[in-house]
Amino acid sequence: MTNTIADIETSDLILVTGSNTTENHPVLSTFIKRAVLKGKKLVVIDPRFVKLANNATTWLRPNPGTDIAWINGLMHVIIKEDLHDKPFIADRTENFDALKDVVTSYTPERVEEITGIPAQDIIDVAREFAKASSASICYCMGITQHTCGTDNVKSLANLSMLCGHLGKPGGGVNPLRGQNNVQGACDMGGLPNVYTAYQAVTNEDIRKKYEAAWNVLDMPAKPGLPVTEMIEKAYEGELKSLYIMGENPMVSDPDLNHAEKAFSNLEFLVVQDIFETETTALADVVFPACCWAEKDGTFANTERRVQRVRKAVEPPEGAKLDWEILCEIAKRMGYDMTYENSHEISREICTVTPSYRGITWERIEKGGIAWPCPDESHPGTPILHTTQFTRGKGLFHAIEHQPPAEQPDADYPYVLTTGRVLYHYHTRTMTSRTEGLNVMSPECFVEISHNDAKKLGLGTGDVVNVSSRRGRISAKLKVSYQAVDGTIFMPFHFAQAAANRLTNAKLDPVAKIPELKVCAINIEPAA
Amino acid sequence: MDQNSITINGHVYQFRPGQTILDVAQENNIDIPNLCHLKGTRATGACRVCIVELEESWGKKLVSSCSSPAKNGMVVHTESPEVVQYRKFYIGLMLDSGNHNCDIGASADESWTDFQIEAMENEQKEELCPVWGDCELQALAYRYQVKGRVSGRHREPVKVPIEKDNPFIIRDMSRCILCGRCVAACNELQVNQAIDYGFRGTNEKIVAGTGNTLMTSSCVFCGECVQVCPVGALIPTKAFRDDRFVPTSTVRTTCSFCGVGCQMDLHVQNNKIVKIDGADRNLPPNNGMLCVKGRYGFEFVGAPDRLTTPLIKKDGKQVPASWDEALDLVAEKLTEIKKKHGPDTMGVLTSARATNEDNYIAQKFTRAVLKTNNIDHCARL
Repeated sequence: MTNTIADIETSDLILVTGSNTTENHPVLSTFIKRAVLKGKKLVVIDPRFVKLANNATTWLRPNPGTDIAWINGLMHVIIKEDLHDKPFIADRTENFDALKDVVTSYTPERVEEITGIPAQDIIDVAREFAKASSASICYCMGITQHTCGTDNVKSLANLSMLCGHLGKPGGGVNPLRGQNNVQGACDMGGLPNVYTAYQAVTNEDIRKKYEAAWNVLDMPAKPGLPVTEMIEKAYEGELKSLYIMGENPMVSDPDLNHAEKAFSNLEFLVVQDIFETETTALADVVFPACCWAEKDGTFANTERRVQRVRKAVEPPEGAKLDWEILCEIAKRMGYDMTYENSHEISREICTVTPSYRGITWERIEKGGIAWPCPDESHPGTPILHTTQFTRGKGLFHAIEHQPPAEQPDADYPYVLTTGRVLYHYHTRTMTSRTEGLNVMSPECFVEISHNDAKKLGLGTGDVVNVSSRRGRISAKLKVSYQAVDGTIFMPFHFAQAAANRLTNAKLDPVAKIPELKVCAINIEPAA
Repeated sequence: MDQNSITINGHVYQFRPGQTILDVAQENNIDIPNLCHLKGTRATGACRVCIVELEESWGKKLVSSCSSPAKNGMVVHTESPEVVQYRKFYIGLMLDSGNHNCDIGASADESWTDFQIEAMENEQKEELCPVWGDCELQALAYRYQVKGRVSGRHREPVKVPIEKDNPFIIRDMSRCILCGRCVAACNELQVNQAIDYGFRGTNEKIVAGTGNTLMTSSCVFCGECVQVCPVGALIPTKAFRDDRFVPTSTVRTTCSFCGVGCQMDLHVQNNKIVKIDGADRNLPPNNGMLCVKGRYGFEFVGAPDRLTTPLIKKDGKQVPASWDEALDLVAEKLTEIKKKHGPDTMGVLTSARATNEDNYIAQKFTRAVLKTNNIDHCARL
């Protein structure tokens, strides 16, 4: 997030898109709902009537996979009606003319044709967004999990810059991070192209710095493979070994039938986890790990706030800390990686990570600090880009609408979109152990609109077969006002009816994120 | 006197316009007891326990400090004889209003056993109040030595069935003092709008949805109401029979589910998490709030089916192995593959669920030991 969570409550207008906030970020959604109670505007733009739409002043419903079109449509109206922030554009940005050129053709009428959003609604929301004294954009996987995910995000950044809503309280472009430490895993260099704090592996100076810090030679200069491509390489037999720490891709990955073959092709698979999972079942070696409540360390939240994790209970006998296991293997492979405890690791992180340099455990004992925090006297940076962007001027990207990789047709007439529910988390490894959560959400379901259910002659509770070009599963139908005609929603939590047997593994060319939010499916009554 | 200053118990304090007397007191560590105040919500003045005395030109005046704005030159007493007298009366009224079988502190003539027996007979409860020893009303009754029985309605059997039809929260309206904190938490903090006041006059009670149970309302079981309930009317199902006399330690940590990073306090008994509360109301990012997963989804930690031994696949079947055997095997195999096929035929998936320290070590291992940049995690999923 460019801004803080608390900041959202101070926004004049909040635009939430591609986020089922009340279910996936329940506590963050309270900040949005309280803002509405205080009379602030909330615009929800989502293919489903998500629960937060009940609180919204406006809900717009785009066809799945048409986000660039409606964002360009808003910008078209804003520029045409001269509502853009000209001083901000002049001082802080570049390439505005290219943007202007590309959005010229996105008239509200054309946008209505592509997205299904009525032209007048585009005009109204464009005016409200531009005239708001501050407007916060909150988005989540509904924006990113597309073959044009990177362009979707850039389009939102365009919209925010166009109206000067960046770099100030109550504004910003705010991705809501879905996992407790997805921000931290990225910050720590758990990515194929960068070390900690996004320092490029291709940069020789940086590499030399790390070689010195870690006392090794010949560190690889070539960027590695993202997970989605590792699976492809494994399928082709080029990737020989995979070491998985605390993930369950055999439920969370797209196109599971394909992924399963890929994992089985590996010469050697090691999985480190706290429970037996669908993924440990395929492993050559499984290591029992300690869980969150048994660890000391830090997580970085969606606001970039680095906060303490503290050990509350002793681990079960036989389990080891994640880092301990890796250090043991390193030692056996001839590289000494010895640490007294995780605090010692954190001190090493500070020395090699510019944005974390000032974030010591002593300083965050009472409360977290948001990076960048370059030294121990720095208070942290709750709001990014207040005076300039990371690259200097904010760059407008001229982006055209791109349809999803797979469209509904005669054989697969519905669009499937996937997500989570309030009571479960990801692949249920953790949440399924709490009985109450299973009581509230016991099994997979296929959310369908009233009209579509009627056409099929089916109702809530009827078992249906859902199929795509890649797989087939059975689950119970749930008729809901949250669904819109033609679009089906399924949670991906449940291994027994894994929605990811259906999803499309087609990737965004830049971020390599799969198009989990749109694929074509068919529904039939189960025999 | 300075602009925006008030005197509390003889000391002068600065305040910011808009602050109540209670806000100023709390900011300066002056303890004014209260049962209905909840930071971030509108003051209701329902419990009257936070009354204080103001010195006015014409004499003394009692006001509730939670709903009275601080004004320049105000002179406030928080524990004057009048304040204490009225506070005792209000506490007594609340003790009389329902099943509050804890006013033993003043019953010097009764033995503990007699009291227990009497409580059980009168209230037809199997046991004493589940929050005995952890109740704000009881604590005040002790602090002010209030015996109850001020209204002649003492221990009238209250016939409200206990609601247990949901998996997380037990509601016992016979212990409710109508402070309204739960209503404020549900409607103004979490904005779930599942509960509210219902009925009129002496029949007034807190209702869920259209007056039925939480399970049939729009409740999403965030448990905020349980955390703010000052008495035993709302309690977590799981802790209902837990032994309250077992030593409990509290550890502050960060939630392990979504990316909001809620700060939470884990309550631990005998190496087991028994309860989770939201941390301090002044601590970002969550200001004391939690959701259903964060508050109740902790049972995986001590689950009986946790992995506790390394497993090695032998003849297509995973069998238990010693740590040494498993670690040696992995080191040997990885070394072999690195030598035979090259580092870039190896990959590591680190975890968005693990700590920064775990992730740092995972990338160090990948880059410095395996010598490849093939490291990633499930950020995209």
